[in-house]
Amino acid sequence: MNRRSILAGAVLAVGLAGTAFAQQDKVKAGFIFVGPIGDGGWTYEHNKARLAVEEEFGDKVETVYQESVPEGADAERALTQMALGGADIIFTTSFGYMDPTINVAKKFPNVKFEHATGFKRADNAATYGARFYEGRAIQGLIAGNITKSNKIGYIGSFPIPEVIRGINSAFIHAKKANPDVEFSIIWAYTWFDPAKEADAATALIEQGADVILQHTDSTAPHAAAEKAGNVYAFGQASDMAEYAPMPRVSSIIDNWAPYYIERVGAVLDGTWESKDTWGGIGSGMVEIGEISDIVPEEVRTQALALRDQIASGEYHPFTGPINKQDGSAWLAEGETADDGTLLGMDFYVEGLTGDIPN
Amino acid sequence: MDLSSINPLILLASIMVASTPILLAAIGEMVCEKSGVLNLGVEGMMITGAVCGFVVAVETGSPAIGFVAAALGGAVLSLLFGILTQYLLSNQVATGLALTLFGLGLSALIGQGYVGIKAPVTADVNIPLLSDIPVIGRIVFQHDLMVYFSIALIAGVWAFLKFTRAGLVLRAVGESHDAAHALGYQVVLIRLLAIMFGGACAGLGGAYVSLIRVPQWTEGMTAGAGWIALAIVVFASWRPWRVLIGAYLFGGVTVLQLNLQAAGVAIPVEYLSMSPYLITILVLVIMSANRSRAALGAPAALGRVFHASH
Repeated sequence: MNRRSILAGAVLAVGLAGTAFAQQDKVKAGFIFVGPIGDGGWTYEHNKARLAVEEEFGDKVETVYQESVPEGADAERALTQMALGGADIIFTTSFGYMDPTINVAKKFPNVKFEHATGFKRADNAATYGARFYEGRAIQGLIAGNITKSNKIGYIGSFPIPEVIRGINSAFIHAKKANPDVEFSIIWAYTWFDPAKEADAATALIEQGADVILQHTDSTAPHAAAEKAGNVYAFGQASDMAEYAPMPRVSSIIDNWAPYYIERVGAVLDGTWESKDTWGGIGSGMVEIGEISDIVPEEVRTQALALRDQIASGEYHPFTGPINKQDGSAWLAEGETADDGTLLGMDFYVEGLTGDIPN
Repeated sequence: MDLSSINPLILLASIMVASTPILLAAIGEMVCEKSGVLNLGVEGMMITGAVCGFVVAVETGSPAIGFVAAALGGAVLSLLFGILTQYLLSNQVATGLALTLFGLGLSALIGQGYVGIKAPVTADVNIPLLSDIPVIGRIVFQHDLMVYFSIALIAGVWAFLKFTRAGLVLRAVGESHDAAHALGYQVVLIRLLAIMFGGACAGLGGAYVSLIRVPQWTEGMTAGAGWIALAIVVFASWRPWRVLIGAYLFGGVTVLQLNLQAAGVAIPVEYLSMSPYLITILVLVIMSANRSRAALGAPAALGRVFHASH
């Protein structure tokens, strides 16, 4: 028995001795980040929320974080270390941390885990995510309207449901705005690699795309768009306002602060329980960044109207009739997609070309 | 699949841009290895060059001064490696690896306040007349200055090694440091200079990424380009023009893979990503099957420790 497992055993014993709903005076919250805080996108926003937690609770909370933790086995090491370091609640902020989170959660029943964008839960492991596809619908509407080449480039990260949902949602709404629109998709197989993202954006632009949508975390595609001239882009995960008004014409902003404050507060009160949270524009988890003046007034009005309709629940971005890529029917007229299908989405909708890599 | 959407001319032009960082780093490493020193710290020197170049370019507003600073930064870091391996006789492989880790950490520290800032724009040089030539003009004569500089550097290194006495001495040191020492050449000094040249080139390559290709600063942004540069040197069997071919091949595959994806070609990305490495292995196998180590072209004293008391 090595030292680590003795320690883990000790933590376990303490966990069993304590009561599940004890109130705590002080909470240590840990954060596992997939990229550097300075990425200007995904991790930047998670860290902003971390700071908001510190601000909210002051002395009652201590936060620790680790940047650029690789997804996969190494994440388990980082998580274990954080749990052994006395963290009461640990937020694992990327899809690839799903299995490591569940594995480590088993070893530390008294530590609460929160995994972003995943679907596996345990008694001490909750999941949370945001309905980015709602924001993608608005992006698609703007993109379809402002493209002149009718060609929209999309930089995907990994072919997982979250990313595929975004592509489908953007495509459906771009197509509604402009029936001639085409999507070119490049899978970068990374969340954060500025050089690769810049190359991908450049390749798309060279093939005639004049709007770039991205599901990767850096601002490099914006820099590439700016260099190319008349190319539009959208902020991803963060506002990326330093590229406004051109090439960045709008953005999807993830606002994790209210959720993190609620969950850390729940640990303090002793009311934390494992659940799944999937917030959207309505709950404020997804925000739409300012639409710049480059976008024509009527398009902006339409986009804002769409945002408000989605926020109020009046409109669902996946409302039938929608067919799958192979032409088979998916949603009938007026039918909306259920969350189960959306969470496991592994198909393109009709009109998109190319295959989803396995 | 719509291959017609790929414009071969634009593709070639962007291959030249994508290949320049690894080309610069590889030619520097080649000179270093020609002197008999194996410096595995290319990645660390590149990233240090990237951050030095970026910070200085942002502060001064001049990309040119940024590139000079990047070369200096890379050279200073490589000097550290030089002192450790040449004077303190530390193991070159271990020291090189440590240099990579050190460079990554140091660059993250220096670059902390510069994340998300935009770099000053480097203008493309449109060579008058030549850039107006149809087809070729577009590919070859409308780049930024560093692209031409990197090709000129290849030619310069080739000429230096082949035609000058100093180049001959450098090669002699790399083949047999004891013999060179017996002839009265200052092995350690020559190697230090070669190491610093390698560092400066790697720094320039890094700055090309942070100032032109991306252009912004983020931690770890060279993303393994230094390792590819090391592979290219072996692939090129230590010959300058083959370094050029190797770098364009590696860079080309990266760009081509993205373009094929954008055009919707159904080749799995993984095959394209691994192809340059497969080619390297293949070339190594063919060359080493042919004759003994001499055929590979590796300097005979590569990686061996030299001490004047021998």
